[in-house]
Amino acid sequence: MARPEHATALVTGASKGIGAAIARALAADGWHVAVNYRSDEEGANATVKAIEEAGGKAVALHADVANGAPDELFKQAEEQLGGPVLALVNNAGVTADGLAIQLDDDAWDRVIGTNLTAAFRLTRRAMRPMIKARYGRIVNVASVVGPRANAGQSNYAAAKAGLIGMTKTVAAEVARRGVTVNAVAPGFIETEMTKDVPDAVIEAIPARRVGTPDDVAAAVRFLASEDAGYVTGTTLFVDGGMSA
Amino acid sequence: MATTVTPEAVEKTVYEALPQFGVEESEISRDATFEELDVDSLDLAELSQIIEDEYGVQLKGDDVGKIKTVGDAIDLVVSRAG
Repeated sequence: MARPEHATALVTGASKGIGAAIARALAADGWHVAVNYRSDEEGANATVKAIEEAGGKAVALHADVANGAPDELFKQAEEQLGGPVLALVNNAGVTADGLAIQLDDDAWDRVIGTNLTAAFRLTRRAMRPMIKARYGRIVNVASVVGPRANAGQSNYAAAKAGLIGMTKTVAAEVARRGVTVNAVAPGFIETEMTKDVPDAVIEAIPARRVGTPDDVAAAVRFLASEDAGYVTGTTLFVDGGMSA
Repeated sequence: MATTVTPEAVEKTVYEALPQFGVEESEISRDATFEELDVDSLDLAELSQIIEDEYGVQLKGDDVGKIKTVGDAIDLVVSRAG
């Protein structure tokens, strides 16, 4: 089925890094893109500007997805971009690292709250217009951490593994309405969150390099495309072979 | 603006919505069960959404789990609005 006209894609945490690359890639594929940000307004505006300069349509929308109902964010996206949100990319993520024995409740709650609970609330809200339209694409940005261990990130691993579990079940629930739900699992990607990756880590990656935000964005762009209509409930690893 | 809830209005909304889930119009009655009509849980969730959009009445998963017939659904919406 063809994507309805004026379809809007909402990308959370899109002011920089992987989220910004995803927003640009979806815009290049014809989506009108709501560029959500929490604190980096400048970054979000730069993402919107890059999209507009490339001939696309986008708007920057402020919301802390970890706090409160996402209704207002969806309303703003639909009003300002002129079409229903038919793609949601749950990208917003935080880290608060520490060995489990020393990890306090706040660090646990904050990471689960943003990376998992907020993604669920946004997904629940997003399914409404998608089911109505009989068309929708939800892509959750997970991680190789979760499926794999990473000492110091038990909270992050739990959230990302939870995201993959949620992806599969929600996918099964709504598949017959033309709504697909998938995850991408980036490995080491060059962003502010992962700068200063030690050489030993790079040597452990079969591709012998860290990935780029554009590597991840290309996978999301595919999963959000019409071509991926029969792909649902899966996790696409973008990790240079780390999980192979 | 939400439409005023009357049993007749809700019945009309429900009857008009069911065919989009593959239900034959001739099979729809107040006594028909959703099981007989082959209306599943996702269909009911979508029906709840249509009701909410039209009347502003929110039906939760627990509520929807209890209803068996088309009449139950109509009565539930009317009682929630009262």
